[in-house]
Amino acid sequence: MTALTPGLSPESARRAAGPGRGAVRRLAGALHRRPRLRLAALLTAPLLWLVLAYLGSLAALFLSAFWSTDSFTSEVVRIWTTANFEELVGSPVYRTVALRTVGVALAVTALCAVIAFPLAFYTARVAHPRRRPLFVVALLMPLWAGYLVKVYAWRLILSEGGPLDWALRPFGLSGPGYGLTATVLVLTYLWLPYMALPIHTALAQLPDNLLNASADLGARTGRTFVSVVLPLVWPAVAAGSVFTFSLSLGDYITVQIVGGKTQLIGNLVYSNVTLNLPLAAALGTVPVAVIVVYLLAVRRSGALRSL
Amino acid sequence: MEGMAIRLTGLRKTYGGTEAVAGVDLEIADGEFFSMLGPSGSGKTTVLRMIAGFEAPTAGTVELAGRDVTRLAPFERDVHTVFQDYALFPHMTVEQNVAYGLKVRGVPRAERLVRARAALAQVGLEGLGRRRPAELSGGQRQRVALARALVGRPRVLLLDEPLGALDLKLRERMQVELKEIQREVGITFVFVTHDQEEALTMSDRIAVFHQGRIEQVAAPAEIYERPATPFVAGFVGTSNLLTGETARQVVGTAGTYSIRPEKIRILPDHEAPGDPGHSTAAGTVAEVVYLGDSTRFLVDLDGGGRLTALQQNLETSSADLAAFRGARIGLQWHPDHAVRVPETP
Repeated sequence: MTALTPGLSPESARRAAGPGRGAVRRLAGALHRRPRLRLAALLTAPLLWLVLAYLGSLAALFLSAFWSTDSFTSEVVRIWTTANFEELVGSPVYRTVALRTVGVALAVTALCAVIAFPLAFYTARVAHPRRRPLFVVALLMPLWAGYLVKVYAWRLILSEGGPLDWALRPFGLSGPGYGLTATVLVLTYLWLPYMALPIHTALAQLPDNLLNASADLGARTGRTFVSVVLPLVWPAVAAGSVFTFSLSLGDYITVQIVGGKTQLIGNLVYSNVTLNLPLAAALGTVPVAVIVVYLLAVRRSGALRSL
Repeated sequence: MEGMAIRLTGLRKTYGGTEAVAGVDLEIADGEFFSMLGPSGSGKTTVLRMIAGFEAPTAGTVELAGRDVTRLAPFERDVHTVFQDYALFPHMTVEQNVAYGLKVRGVPRAERLVRARAALAQVGLEGLGRRRPAELSGGQRQRVALARALVGRPRVLLLDEPLGALDLKLRERMQVELKEIQREVGITFVFVTHDQEEALTMSDRIAVFHQGRIEQVAAPAEIYERPATPFVAGFVGTSNLLTGETARQVVGTAGTYSIRPEKIRILPDHEAPGDPGHSTAAGTVAEVVYLGDSTRFLVDLDGGGRLTALQQNLETSSADLAAFRGARIGLQWHPDHAVRVPETP
């Protein structure tokens, strides 16, 4: 303060600042001298949220997975049992559904990456720099519409004799109809922005000179892509894949609307919640476990090191 | 007769409406250390990028060793570049960086390693091959970039202000080393810089760039002693440009003249006649700038105009120098050192 207002004594400078500002300054000064207090002020609210709402509900999920229900009243019986998990592992139906869910999530992730990469390459490196923000907005446009609106729009598109069938008829083809393929297709559409945005950002940040240097040293375009672009953008693909994979793993509404008779884990959880809550909870732990395994695998690939 | 490494003919590059390179013709011989000197925005880097193939010229041709490469991609040209920001691949080790060019050209793994290690030894980085670029200092990264460009034995090495990011001491050492390496490998070096001292100390020949054109191509001494245009006289070294009435008074004839500050001697007595056969002028010392090894005097001439004179600090100390401020003194120089500069063509 004295440095900023030369000629004023500290006392008169404080008076000029007014009494209200003085209290704020004292508080700021006190915080400045107490780093622990500062940290507490910063983290109390988010930590409360994280522990109570977030980890708390996860703990409740795990706990109730070890309870059972009275088969007549559907009341939850709070006795420790591993029966739910035994049923999960033992029943071929649950195993098939779990594998199908993981398969759908992997297929959606792979499709998103394959579609997003060329798009992001165009928006980040080929398009005229002035038009790039416009293309990024276009890339994210699907996020502006509500989830249900988009899925019902796809239900229309995929319906028998609908726009997709009509467009494919001249080629002697027809749309996939409602089912597993439609589910993968719609989920890919829904989660594409989550894959495209990180890849776009990574490609945009790639220094031109790295690509020039590679070409300068004799590498053709394909070689530069494999040896320079892909390794440097890989962390972004991994980050995007965490979104697309986990979002697909937990989805049950899209399957209900365009999946026909297809069942995913989400559907089983949903249909068991009222009748057999502990079994639903046990089913709910499957995606959690899969995600943990997936994150560990991604981490092992080294892709998260630079995040 | 030596072969021609590079020939540029009528080279132009326009971005939108602005002309970055406005017609450049240039021939660079095999084994030459050639510098392209100029202020930023003078087009020198754009010319370098067109030789490398990163930019396509708007008009004109680029020939490498007699072959027209104007439309060829960078990977089809026998030219390697040392980039200003080094452009090392961050996900590869130092050794992998250096061996990259060999790898993409299909050199077997064992030979690759041997040659990469030899190149690293040549730039003084033995034993650092396993590190990542991020673990190196700026000077070390610069050396890796140099080794990476040299290891493939290109016909021409392009260097885009490679020493710009280094501190003064390191820069001076690298100037000497670069020159030694160039003599050792015998590859043509095309060196872009805005630092006139760097260009003067290292080059066989220098092209001075200004507003997308070359103002003069000559050996360093020629550029310094006989600048072809007022711009060259002003940009290379500190120069006293005398024009119009001042020139008539001081030199005797009209025209543009350049006198290098170190060619001017201070005569403490402004009425002293000066040595026989020398030109003289009298004036008042406006400013004295102490530079450590030498002192710069800014002198307002009685006949108008201002000259800068540079004196080695052989006996004087800084205390004496302050007394010069405001003093009346004489200046003397040999008429040969008042060089007539042709007006810009």
